[in-house]
Amino acid sequence: MTNPPRSRSSAKPQFRNIGIADLVNYRLPVPGIVSILHRISGLLIFLFLPLLLWLFDMSLSSDRSFERLVDFCSGTMARVVLLGLGWALLHHLCAGLRFLLLDLHIGADKPLARRNSWIVLAVSLALTAVLALFLFGVLG
Amino acid sequence: MSESPRRAPVGAHYGLREWLAQRVTALVLLAFLVFLAVALALQGRHDYPGWAAIFAPQPVKLITELAFAALCYHAWIGVRDVWMDYIHHTGLRLALLTLTILWLLYCLAWSAQILWSV
Repeated sequence: MTNPPRSRSSAKPQFRNIGIADLVNYRLPVPGIVSILHRISGLLIFLFLPLLLWLFDMSLSSDRSFERLVDFCSGTMARVVLLGLGWALLHHLCAGLRFLLLDLHIGADKPLARRNSWIVLAVSLALTAVLALFLFGVLG
Repeated sequence: MSESPRRAPVGAHYGLREWLAQRVTALVLLAFLVFLAVALALQGRHDYPGWAAIFAPQPVKLITELAFAALCYHAWIGVRDVWMDYIHHTGLRLALLTLTILWLLYCLAWSAQILWSV
């Protein structure tokens, strides 16, 4: 009786819970990157909710406060923060649409899921670039 | 002879309910973004009077407040999931969950106050 060759099966990497130190060497697949960025972007929007409400308040209170809002948004620091939040919103939106489609079993096959993950990353970054052009006054 | 272990009876179904609510609120928010984009496109003036005029009608205030409510519920489920995944200390988790609820309710009330002051 011959044993099946063991070398291959023992060389196969085992996937189980990993320690925090292993994260450095662990390469997340693209759908995993989209997923964790969806979580991070959602948390960012949650944490910056008071800032967004404050800006919304300024935009509606009076024409004076509206002018103050325009002034506030012309600062470099404010623009960088708004651009970051803009990316968070756009990524959360694009990745969220992808997750809704996955729920409907659309694009869930592995090669497709990988490709539409790249699309989510690319589209949200492209839209963020357009937002940057508006924020920094190149357009409009 | 001991009895075979039974599965713990779980009947709350809140897991499924929250899962579904997260998706429904996502669609509500998507619809609101489309609504806002159309309203902005139809509004020719891009200044304070134009912006304030969008939120002046009572139905728009109500729709916007509904969107804020959807946002808060959506955020609650998402942030709740984050605390449940990463915070294993029961007391700390309970404190964070409580703070999250209070904070989101505060933001929701604030949004109503902003809208109805226009």
